[in-house]
Amino acid sequence: METNQRPLSPHLQIYRPQWTSVLSILHRVTGVLLSIGTVLMVVWLVALAQGEQAYESMIGLMSTPLMLIALVGWTLALFYHLLNGIRHLLWDTGTMLELKPARASGWMVVILAFVLTAVVWGGLL
Amino acid sequence: MKALRNPLERAINHGSAGSGVHHWWAQRFSAILLVPLTIWLIWTLAVLVGADYTAARNWIASPWNASMAVLLVGSTFYHARLGMQVVIEDYVHQRAVEVALQVLVAAAALVGAIVSMVAILKVAFTG
Repeated sequence: METNQRPLSPHLQIYRPQWTSVLSILHRVTGVLLSIGTVLMVVWLVALAQGEQAYESMIGLMSTPLMLIALVGWTLALFYHLLNGIRHLLWDTGTMLELKPARASGWMVVILAFVLTAVVWGGLL
Repeated sequence: MKALRNPLERAINHGSAGSGVHHWWAQRFSAILLVPLTIWLIWTLAVLVGADYTAARNWIASPWNASMAVLLVGSTFYHARLGMQVVIEDYVHQRAVEVALQVLVAAAALVGAIVSMVAILKVAFTG
C-alpha cells in the first residue's frame, strides 16, 4: 500500500491554536490532573476510616494556603472536565458538531466552570 | 502485491489500540455514570467542608452515601485508567517506557480503588 503520499497531520509548532482545539487539549490536561488528584480522595477516605486523630491532622494538611489553592484548582478542573465531558457525549450523538454550536458550547463550558467553582468556594470561604 | 486476505479479516482487531470499540464504549459508559456521581461528590464536599469528624463519619456511614461513594471511586479509577491509557498511547513513543507506564497506571488505579473501597466499607460497617 502506498503510504508516503498521504497528507501529514499539522505539526503542533506550525498549527495555529483554535478555540476548539485549545479546549480539546484542556480536556486531556484536566483529565490527567484529576487522575493525580484522586490521591486526595484516597487520603481523605483512609484518614476518615483510621480515626479522629488521623482525620484532624489530614484536615490540617488540607487547610494550608498552598493546599487550598490546589483544591480550588482541582474544583475548577473537575467542573471543566465534567461539563466538557457532557459536551463530548452530546457530540457522540452527532449533534452540535457545526463550528458555531461547537464554539458557543465551548464558551458555555468555560464560563460555567468558573461560575460553579466561584459558587462552591464562595459558599465555603 | 495483491492481498490474499479478506479486507474485513485484515481490519478486525487492528484499530490504533489493537482492539475494537470496547475501549470507546467503556469510556462513555463510565463517563455517563460519573455525571450524577460527580454531582453527588460536590454535594458531599459542600456538606462536609467545615464539618467535624463525627459528622463526616456519619455521612459516609449511611448506606446510601456509602453506596454512592463505592460507585464513585470504582467508576472514577476505571475512567481515569482508560483516559490515562489513551494519553500514554498517544504521547509515549518508546515501547518499553510505554508498557511500563501502562502497567504502573493500571496497578495504581486498582490499588487506589481497592484502598478507597475498603476505607468506605470500614466506615459503613463500623458506624
